[in-house]
Amino acid sequence: MTTAAEAADPAVPIPALSRAPSARSGVRAVRWGLVKLALAILVLVAAASVTFFAQLLVPGDRATTILNQQTGRAQLWSAADLAPVNHQFGFDRPLAVQYVDYVSGLFRGDLGTSYTQHKPVTEVIGAQIVPSLVLTVAALVTAWVLSLVVILVTVKRRRFVTAIGSTWEALTASLPPYWIGVVLLVVFAVELRVFPVIGGTGVAGTVLPVLTLALPLAGFLGQVTRDEFEKVLDQPFITTARTRGMSDTGVRLKHALRHSVLPAVTLSGWALGSLLSGAVIAENVFGRPGIGQVLVVAVNTRDVPTVSGIVLVVAGVYVIANLLVDLAYVLIDSRLRAS
Amino acid sequence: MTEVTASERVSLGTDPDVPLLAVENLRVSFGGHEVVRGISFTAHPGRCLAIVGESGSGKSVTARTLVGLTGSGAHVRADRIELDGIDLTTQSERTWRAIRGRDIGFVLQDALGSLDQLRRVGDEVAEPLRVHGWGTRASRSRKAIELLGSMGVPEPAVKARQRPYELSGGLRQRALIASAIALDPKLIVADEPTTALDVTVQAQVLDLLAEAKAHGTSIILISHDLSVVARLADEVAVMRDGEVVEHGPVHQVLRRPRHAYTQALLDAIPSEHTRGTRLSRGGNVPQRSRRPVDRGRPVLEARHLTKVYRGPDRVDRTVVDDVSFELFGGETLGIVGESGSGKTTTARIALSLLAPTSGEVLLHGESWSTLPPRRRRPLRKRIGVVYQDPLNSFDPRWSVGRITIDALTMGNRPPSSRAEARERAVRLLEQVGLGDQHFDAAPLRLSGGQRQRVAIARALAPEPEVIVCDEPVSALDVSIQAQVLDLLTDLQDELGVSYLFISHDLGVIHHMSDRILVMKDGQVVESGTADDVFRRPQHPYTQRLLTALPRLVPA
Amino acid sequence: MSAASVSPAATRARLAAIRVQLRPATAASLLVVAFLAVAVIAPSVLTSGSPTTIDLQHTLLSPSFSHVFGTDDAGRDLYTRAVYGARESLGIGLGATGLAMAIAILLGFAAGLARGIVDAVLTRILEVAFAFPVLLLALLLIAIRGPSVATEIVAVGIGSAPGYARMVRGQVLHVRQAGYIESAVALGHGRWVVIRQHLFPNAIRPLVAVMTLGVGQSIVWASGLAFLGLGVAPPSPEWGALLDAGRDSITTSPWLEIMPGLVIVLVALAVTSLGRTLQHRLEGAAR
Repeated sequence: MTTAAEAADPAVPIPALSRAPSARSGVRAVRWGLVKLALAILVLVAAASVTFFAQLLVPGDRATTILNQQTGRAQLWSAADLAPVNHQFGFDRPLAVQYVDYVSGLFRGDLGTSYTQHKPVTEVIGAQIVPSLVLTVAALVTAWVLSLVVILVTVKRRRFVTAIGSTWEALTASLPPYWIGVVLLVVFAVELRVFPVIGGTGVAGTVLPVLTLALPLAGFLGQVTRDEFEKVLDQPFITTARTRGMSDTGVRLKHALRHSVLPAVTLSGWALGSLLSGAVIAENVFGRPGIGQVLVVAVNTRDVPTVSGIVLVVAGVYVIANLLVDLAYVLIDSRLRAS
Repeated sequence: MTEVTASERVSLGTDPDVPLLAVENLRVSFGGHEVVRGISFTAHPGRCLAIVGESGSGKSVTARTLVGLTGSGAHVRADRIELDGIDLTTQSERTWRAIRGRDIGFVLQDALGSLDQLRRVGDEVAEPLRVHGWGTRASRSRKAIELLGSMGVPEPAVKARQRPYELSGGLRQRALIASAIALDPKLIVADEPTTALDVTVQAQVLDLLAEAKAHGTSIILISHDLSVVARLADEVAVMRDGEVVEHGPVHQVLRRPRHAYTQALLDAIPSEHTRGTRLSRGGNVPQRSRRPVDRGRPVLEARHLTKVYRGPDRVDRTVVDDVSFELFGGETLGIVGESGSGKTTTARIALSLLAPTSGEVLLHGESWSTLPPRRRRPLRKRIGVVYQDPLNSFDPRWSVGRITIDALTMGNRPPSSRAEARERAVRLLEQVGLGDQHFDAAPLRLSGGQRQRVAIARALAPEPEVIVCDEPVSALDVSIQAQVLDLLTDLQDELGVSYLFISHDLGVIHHMSDRILVMKDGQVVESGTADDVFRRPQHPYTQRLLTALPRLVPA
Repeated sequence: MSAASVSPAATRARLAAIRVQLRPATAASLLVVAFLAVAVIAPSVLTSGSPTTIDLQHTLLSPSFSHVFGTDDAGRDLYTRAVYGARESLGIGLGATGLAMAIAILLGFAAGLARGIVDAVLTRILEVAFAFPVLLLALLLIAIRGPSVATEIVAVGIGSAPGYARMVRGQVLHVRQAGYIESAVALGHGRWVVIRQHLFPNAIRPLVAVMTLGVGQSIVWASGLAFLGLGVAPPSPEWGALLDAGRDSITTSPWLEIMPGLVIVLVALAVTSLGRTLQHRLEGAAR
């Protein structure tokens, strides 16, 4: 967006972009990609640093906590009891070594060891991540489809049609996912028996959890897109298209839509990360396997390495999603390529 | 229905006496408020009708009504709107769509906003072809390139593949016109087609429209600028408050106007002939004798200013290149140039809001631009500023009174009590033609001219010796512009303040300035007294500018 | 001069505009907020019962005229409990939002005003923090500190702070570009005067609306944590705790989940609607 503003500002002369388009833009594209990649790695390293220090923040001695968890007792342990635990988890090494080990583990696929399950965190998460990812991606796609349909049908139509659309968005956007989940469960599984109560990971069992996550997001994306769509429909280039004899539907699909999805596209990377953690609630309501169950158990047993591991996985998903978003943005709006 | 229109088009003659478009008693209202009040006009093949008026006159609404796009909530009535024998008052949206783009081409102002930024220029130009089912994809893109070429766009095949923001303003406007004439419509409606353009580009665009006219196309030109109209129109209709106050052949309306409003509009246009006269209130009244310029030590002096920006591609761009000038007491120094000439950057350096890469600015012979911020601050009261967009320069939370008092407290004699502050603020507002009733107003609720008066009051409040005016009247209607320019001149006579006056408008510059700098690409290409520069231009660029300048009376 | 000296005429005009444009949605929202206020200040006005009275004769009754929200497994009237839970729920919402805003304003202004390396570092930090979804950050904090009301407030507050901080930073950068900032500099005002008189108030203004929206969001987040058994624990009548208590009987007594949820939804909707109205009004006044 900055680019557009600068390009429009006559005080800042922009060099003629046409002079050496291919060579220079090729170099630029590579540099752009490298910068994005470096930033992504930076985000992950920073995230790992945060979770590492989070583990240090756990009150009390970590080895004691682990032994208490294992034995179900709460007591002081002798140094002889604590030593093997400290050694097993590497707590006896200098902090700096532990830190480097933890952060570099990120690139070796090592996220530490669970305090309670005594298995590598990657293993604990790996066993459960797939259904959660399926749920998340399906919810994102559903949310996009739902929001676009509502937008195209209701933006700037007759007053009450528009009101229905924007009210629907305001309503769904502020619905808490657990509540939607419960209502969907009661209506469609308990009363109407259209879907199973305990869904599992099959297609039928996935529909309600997906809707649970997708409805609020659809409302949110819809609100963002609607604001933009209304602004775009007032732009002079829309009027120009109409003066060429273009139909209203044509104007909306050919011109306005592309402009107005941009903000929602930008938000999609963030939305995917948010959905993945929101999956915790949907999985909880529908008794669906996934990292949600693992996460709640881990938080309850204060298994910080596992929680941290999930945090890092979500950060990773966010980073990858954002790279895709950046790419999508450039494909839709070539103005960014100029910068 | 579509077919009927098409076949009738063929039968159309190019007899200039038979009107192509006839409008009788057109009325348009929005929510009970009538903005067009019963106007009538005709458009003929190969001729240009200009509809002229200031903002709010209803001219743009009229233009949009001609393509059935008046807008939602508009109520349109007319005894007759007939295009080439087809009654347009009762057409369905479907028929309108068949007419738009094929029988009537429409050119909006602001070509950047009027072209879809995300699409290729070629696709935009070819859009009317596609909408009306002309040719194949391949033939359409060939035709688009051909059209761009015929509009004088260099390398049309390359430009067609670029996006609108990659083109210059002039090329964008050409692309927009190319798109409007793609299907060779018999009528082109052009709504302020040259408003945002530099004068040289403006001239080229007007030539393109003149060429279309010569080929038998009928043109309806909507404009606020009577000099632009003089260059293209055969007939002029002057609108005010939704009514046509005067209508006639161009030479008669511009040379021997019959209506007082037309006369006032003509008088309000600043030019070389209006120097030393008042622009507003009845015209050609000589001004009070002007206070002589004090040619002692300059109040503001720029020495070899250069400003270099490093772009994101690490290429240095020199925006201001070795600019020097002196501004004396009570004098107006005009800086004129097209967009990108570096005139605004020069102004910001003069104000020390921007540090020059090299060179320095002196205020009263003492260092100014080289001072550390802390020592510069107390001197700021000696140099004020008036911007093009006053609204943006006011804190939206502040009332007119608070803005004025804030500026008073920065001066040499800060008011010592609330009562004194208020009294002096009101006196200042009265000095710029406002009054007590505006003290509590929010600038948002004032008109454009009133806002600029508040900005001038604020600039005057600390009693500066110099005021930098950066395009101060560019956003105003010509009659309001006249009032503001008169006010600035009066204040100069009264207070002896000096102006560094920046504008792209040669007429305004000539009217206001004692001496002039002509800037191009960051350099001063010509300087001298106003009459020397305008009457005997030495540099080819200045000569080109003056040739391109639209004039009411041919030079 | 302070903001208090904003002219009375302008204020009157603004009040008049508000009166004229009171839409039904806004009116309904104000009604919900008024109801909420009464529930917080004097819950006994809205219900004659007590939130702790156990009535084993009438356990798990579905909603009816005598018990509009139904009763729970101990025969307690759910409506009465929801009314009495308002105080704690709203307290959590306000506390979390207040904390989030405080952090956001501090970081956002620091990042927005700083230049060069400080700005780059702070902006990067905000970006990284934004990578963590609110719920996840909150869960991480709860895993470290163990569940409690204080942890819940801190968790939701810190969790939602990065999003607001980004917004504040954007706002500061936007206002910094405004013409009136340069005008004030050109008049000779010092850097801190410009920040205090123009930048701060204008950058803060839109946050009033955002904060209103935020209270609704915070209540939703907090109740989500409680739903997972990680917030305020039963038998407290706090709304999240009510959800937690009813979670095991979703299929048999769904009203235990749906009714408290409905209360949260209504409050969130009302506050969101008010926030949006406020936002549009502030934007309108600014331009």
